[in-house]
Order: sequence, then C-alpha cells, then structure tokens
Amino acid sequence: MRELLHPWLGFLPPLAEELIYILIGIVILVAPLMLCVAYLTYAERKIIGYMQVRIGPNRVGPRGWLQPIADALKLMFKEIVLPSASNRFLFLIAPMLVLGPALAAWAVIPFDAGVVLADVNAGLLYVLAMSSLGVYGILLAGWSSNSKYALLGALRSGAQVISYELGMGFALVGVLVAAGSMNLGEIVMAQAGNGFIGWYWLPLLPLFLIYFISGVAETNRAPFDLAEGESEIVAGFHVEYSGMAFALFFLGEYANMILVSAMASLMFMGGWLSPVEGLVPEALLSVPVLGWLLGSGIHWLILKIAFFLFFFLWFRATFPRYRYDQVMRLGWKVFIPLTLVWLVVVAGMVLAKLPPWFD
Amino acid sequence: MKPVIDFIRSLFLLELWKGLSVTGRYLFGRKITVQYPEEKTPLSPRFRGLHALRRYPNGEERCIACKLCEAVCPALAITIESEPREDGTRRTTRYDIDLSKCIFCGFCEEACPVDSIVETDFFEYHEETRADFIMTKEKLLAHGDRMEPRIAANLAARAKYQ
Repeated sequence: MRELLHPWLGFLPPLAEELIYILIGIVILVAPLMLCVAYLTYAERKIIGYMQVRIGPNRVGPRGWLQPIADALKLMFKEIVLPSASNRFLFLIAPMLVLGPALAAWAVIPFDAGVVLADVNAGLLYVLAMSSLGVYGILLAGWSSNSKYALLGALRSGAQVISYELGMGFALVGVLVAAGSMNLGEIVMAQAGNGFIGWYWLPLLPLFLIYFISGVAETNRAPFDLAEGESEIVAGFHVEYSGMAFALFFLGEYANMILVSAMASLMFMGGWLSPVEGLVPEALLSVPVLGWLLGSGIHWLILKIAFFLFFFLWFRATFPRYRYDQVMRLGWKVFIPLTLVWLVVVAGMVLAKLPPWFD
Repeated sequence: MKPVIDFIRSLFLLELWKGLSVTGRYLFGRKITVQYPEEKTPLSPRFRGLHALRRYPNGEERCIACKLCEAVCPALAITIESEPREDGTRRTTRYDIDLSKCIFCGFCEEACPVDSIVETDFFEYHEETRADFIMTKEKLLAHGDRMEPRIAANLAARAKYQ
C-alpha cells in the first residue's frame, strides 16, 4: 500500500504521510467491521427468530436484508434525549468510551500471516487492557444518567466484568504458557503444523471453554446480561439513552462480541490456519480453487469467528438469565480455581514437551 | 456417589448442552409465522368483530328499539333513543355504539329478539379520530348492507350450536 500511494502523497511531510497511511489502515479495518456489526444484529434477529419458530425480519428489502440499514437510519434521525439531572459531559462521553476500546482492540488482531494493523509484541496484554476499558463507559453511563435502574445496571456490570476478567485472563495465561509469546500472530503460528489437532483447543480445552464463557460474561450477553436485565431493571445502564447514543452502546456490544469470537479463534482454534493444514499433501494445495479453499487464509478465520458468533446467539435464544449471586459464584468459585489447576497441567505438558502440541 | 455424578454432570455442562440441543432442533423446525396482510388465519363463524344492524329482505330495518341490548351491555357502550314512526311502529332515532367502550362480549347480539344487531367477522376496521369510533345508526346499517351475505352465512353456520 505504501509503495502504491507514495508517488501521490510523497509531497507531504513524512509525518503527515504516515498519519494518512494510519488513517487509511483504520478505515480499511473499521468500515467492514461496522458492516459486520450491522449484519450481526440481523443475523441475531433471524437466528433467534428461527429458534423461536418465527421467521424474523423479512419486510425491508428482499428477505429483510436491508433491515440493519433501516435500523441505523432510524437511530440516526432520532433525538438524543438528555435527562435534565444528568451529568451531560459524562453522559455523552460514556457511549464513546464503550465503542472506542471495542474498536481499538482490533488493531492487533491478525487476519492472515502478517496482515495486522499493529504488529505489537504485547498484543495479548493490549487486547485484555482494551476489553477492560469498556467497563468504564458502562459505569459512567450508569452513573451519569442519574437514574436508579441505570445505576444498578452499572454496578452489576462493573462487578461482573471485573470478576470475569480474572478467569479470562488466567485462561489466556494458559495460552501464553503454551505458545511462549504474547504476539497474537506468533500464538497462531505456534499452533501450525498438525491441522486442527494441533490447535490449542484440545490441550487447553477447559481454558477454552472458560475463556469463551467468560467472554460471553465480559460482553454482558445473555445469560450474563444482568447489566441490562430488561425484566428487572428495564434496560440497565442504558435506560436513559436514545438515538445514536444508544446505538453506540449497541455497536460497542456487538463489536466486542466479534472481538471475543476473533480472540477465541486466534487463541484456541488456530486463527487463519486451515483445519487440514499439515495433514494433506502439498500437491493438493496447488490445485487452483480447491487449494485456496483448503489452504490457510482469512476465510478460515472468518468462518471460525462466525462459528463462535453463532454460539453467542444460540446462548441468547436458549438460556435464562443468571441470578446475580450465581454469576459471582461461577466466576470466583468455579472458573478461577479451574483455570489455576489447568495452568499447572499446561505447565507440566509444556515441560514434558507433549507431542504434537509442545514438541 | 450421587454428589460425584452431579459434580461431573455440571462440570461438563451436560444440562446446558441438552438445552442447546432443544433450541438447535427448533432452528431447523417448521416456522409457524402467518404473514398477516398476505396470509390470514381462519375465523370462527362465531367470531365477534365489528357490529352491524341488519335489515329484512324487503329492506325494512329489523331493530324494534326494545333496548334489550342497551340494557345488557356491560360496558354501557350502546345508547338508544326511539320514537314511533308515521306508520305507528316503534323505531330507533338514535342507535350509537361507542367502539372505544365496547368489549366485544357479544351480549347485545344474544339479547336481540329479532337478530338485528350482530357482530360480524370483520375486524380490520380503522378510524382516524376518537369521535369516528362512535358507530351511528347510519354506519351500522351500512355495515349490515355491505356484509349481509357473510353475516347470513355465519349465522346459518352457528345456528345449530345456539
């Protein structure tokens, strides 16, 4: 990209040119992501509808394909109501604080070998940091609304996200021990060579499950959606929000869902690696179309992310909401001990150079 | 032994998988949504929808202003005023049903000795102001004139149950 654009942008000072490259990179990353978020809401309504023996949205455009566009337009033209007793500055900045980190975390997600916006060596830490920052937006939204439901939702969400961060962090420490790197690309490459058996989901199965369940809790999705809890506290932290401010919370939540799915694919399911990679002969991979399909590439990553996203929606259609004390019990008394035990097991497996994962 | 089995069952999320399999089956099941304006569910001949006042085949209105419907109406939605007509028969000069009060219980049509006031199976009516929801005698007679074949067919279909 740089070589392509340099003849046109070369007249600019180097700093400005660099800035433009960065901006282009961000747009290339965020624009498809926003489109995915929009169509994830459509997929959610369709899939949950199907599971409830309904057919879901089907009026706007053929088969309802334009429904997310209509929703977005509606939200954009709606008024943002400011509660008179709210803290205006925090009230307006909170939705941005939810969406911002959710998008920022995507900077270090690799989509293919070397295809990453920022190839940071502490990528894992960065993702953890960004996903924890999102809770500030929720807390501030709940507090600045000056409403009892919003405050209760924010308190629940704060406690829940902080509790599940631990289980999630420990699960990722297991990956760290196994891969010996915090660079997401290197973690994926450490799983290469043995097809789907070589991915970390098998030796780290408990950590994988705990990571994914914590991820559901971390994004405040059903059955851990106590922060919203529409049947108890109306809509929780975003009761007072309307229009685009509300839409930002929505975008942030769905961007976080995609992020958790992407992380689960990268950490435990071999990211962009093909499930038959290293198992089929090299000659097969040079067949024109079939070879590309079977070979490693971004299409496998997208497929894996879609697979995990489906589980998010499936959970929402299936499980009733957890009671608050049960959520806390699960996080502190089940997940953290389990991850600690399995960390020791992983360390033992790595020390023993257990094939085919750690040899 | 049971606590151990229970522990293992919850550790491997057995019950949760069972729940997921139920919703997973329904994902591929037949959908029962009725696409309303294009598709409609069948209606019972005893369906109680919009009211109508009927006429005899010779065009004479059936209503004799006995006011039984007004008396039986639990929601007090019916208002009737009557006067003798030139030929000496008693007729209504005013017959109003306030649809925003009506609870569609069907008592009026049961009370009617001459099968004059009926509830049709037409339910897709709309008005633009609240005042328009007061059905006057002219409107009710017009409903009856418009829907007489349907009304007669429904009355015939349900006659043997009444």
